[in-house]
Amino acid sequence: MTNNLFKQGLFLTFILAFLAGCTSTDTMDEMDDGAAADRADERGVTTGTADRDRLRTSEDDADAALDTVIYFGFDQATLQPESRALLLAHAERLRNATNNVRVRLEGHTDERGSREYNMALGERRANSVRDFLVLQGVSRDILEVISYGEERPAVRGSSDSAWAQNRRVEIKY
Amino acid sequence: MKHVFILSALLIMSATALAQLTIEITQGVDDPTKIAVVPIERADGVSMPEDISAIITANLERSGLFEAIPRGNMLAFPRSETEVHFRDWRVLGSEYVLVGEVTEDAGIYRVAYELFDVLGERRIMRRQVVEGSEGQLRTIAHNISDRVYETLTGIRGAFDTQIIYVEVERHDDGTDTFRLMRADADGARPVLLLESSEPILSPVWSPDGRQVAYVSFETTRPAVFVQNLATGEREQVTDFLGLNGSPAWSPDGRHLAVVLSKDGNPEIYTLELATKRMTRVTNHFAIDTEPSWTHDGKGIIFTSNRGGRPQVYRVDLASKRVERLTFQGNYNARGRLTPDGESMVMVHHRDGTFNIAVQELDTGTLRLLTETHLDESPSVAPNGAMLIYSTRYRGRGVLAVVSLDAGTRYYLPSERGEVREPAWSPFFD
Repeated sequence: MTNNLFKQGLFLTFILAFLAGCTSTDTMDEMDDGAAADRADERGVTTGTADRDRLRTSEDDADAALDTVIYFGFDQATLQPESRALLLAHAERLRNATNNVRVRLEGHTDERGSREYNMALGERRANSVRDFLVLQGVSRDILEVISYGEERPAVRGSSDSAWAQNRRVEIKY
Repeated sequence: MKHVFILSALLIMSATALAQLTIEITQGVDDPTKIAVVPIERADGVSMPEDISAIITANLERSGLFEAIPRGNMLAFPRSETEVHFRDWRVLGSEYVLVGEVTEDAGIYRVAYELFDVLGERRIMRRQVVEGSEGQLRTIAHNISDRVYETLTGIRGAFDTQIIYVEVERHDDGTDTFRLMRADADGARPVLLLESSEPILSPVWSPDGRQVAYVSFETTRPAVFVQNLATGEREQVTDFLGLNGSPAWSPDGRHLAVVLSKDGNPEIYTLELATKRMTRVTNHFAIDTEPSWTHDGKGIIFTSNRGGRPQVYRVDLASKRVERLTFQGNYNARGRLTPDGESMVMVHHRDGTFNIAVQELDTGTLRLLTETHLDESPSVAPNGAMLIYSTRYRGRGVLAVVSLDAGTRYYLPSERGEVREPAWSPFFD
């Protein structure tokens, strides 16, 4: 129980840190859309640099280079801090995208628990990704959310590793 | 509309082409009642297309309450009262004897049967006759099983009922085939109701057993459909942005509870089928899903994570008052009331495993019915004696049945693909 509380506390700390990041980025968005992502990256998020380099070399290559899967904890729909850099990169791409681009955010869960609850959980995950992108200035109109619950696993099997890979949102351009 | 094709929404009677579910009994009660089911055959000696006695024997044994005397041990094959010598059955330890015979005329089979109490040396069910075509011989056997079971246990038999379930075949190229199937309660005579390359889930029976509702992704988005079993005719009843799921019929069959997230959040609504009028039932920022009606039609039990983790709640439809029903463990979901309304079966998470549990509503007492892993989708037989659920067995999704006292269990493994989400039919009368 104590351990659990500790974990929850730790988790909350992450979330708070994460949200703090979101808020500041959001504020900057209002001032200057283009520079916001740059400055957000400078604020202690280290993993985004490589992605950004590739983004700048060519818009076409960016499609292939950018990872499109965001992972989640069990029975969780809250974004994990390590997803932030990737989502910022997607946000930038989508902000700059031409008008007719549409993106489907497909939420998935692992096989554990009941199916319709997982259907709802998958939607929550996709909503979390959508809300983040919208907060970063992406138009809500180009983002479509759909949940597949546990019906479309990325990986078969009943191991911790398979479950971790199946708790995801796939960003589909 | 990518890769979507509905091969058939009609009833296809091609049992041979479809994978049968085959039964594997893993556990029974300690002291089952011994019964002899004498071969029930044609008086003129012509062989039967179905072995009626074998079907009855399998039904009774699967209930866990009976043990059948092997045919090879029987000293005689009586067909009617005058041919029954109780001593022959007493020496075999048989407590009851079922005898009968078949006559056939122009394709119509008449099956006559009667049941005897060996120790009391008396007939306890007088000669009954049931008629049907060759294709109905299995139904006749199930019907006889029901009568025998009820006579000996006092509980109405549920052998002459059916199940629907989802079968999934994963192909090497990464695509899937989803099939909505219907079969006898023993898994025999599977019939295809719907096939799609996109997910099918959450099938449920209408209270009269004539229709099913389910969720299909065939439009690339989830939508609730209602399908008539006799005609194959079907109707898409929801088409909203976001979740369209978890259909549940009201006891009077006039409403369908569904889960929609059109207002930004998974909430429970009731849909009046005749008018398509939608009424919102829950209103909370948490997940509310998996509705199931109380027997009086005045309330709905549902899963919600409004307390942080999924638990089962009940909402009164008139007052919208919500009450939490489950308190043990950090994950209880998909509650369904038993036919007597006194208990609820659900998915319960404990020590890293997901099992089926039953909770008495009055006392809150919770009992685990299963002890495997990843057990889900419990559906109680209409007589309340057994429930069917899905689990994993040797790495595959299979259906399993357990008695509500947890004393008896058996698997119905499929020969093909994964099977899951079973729903036990109501009585068909």
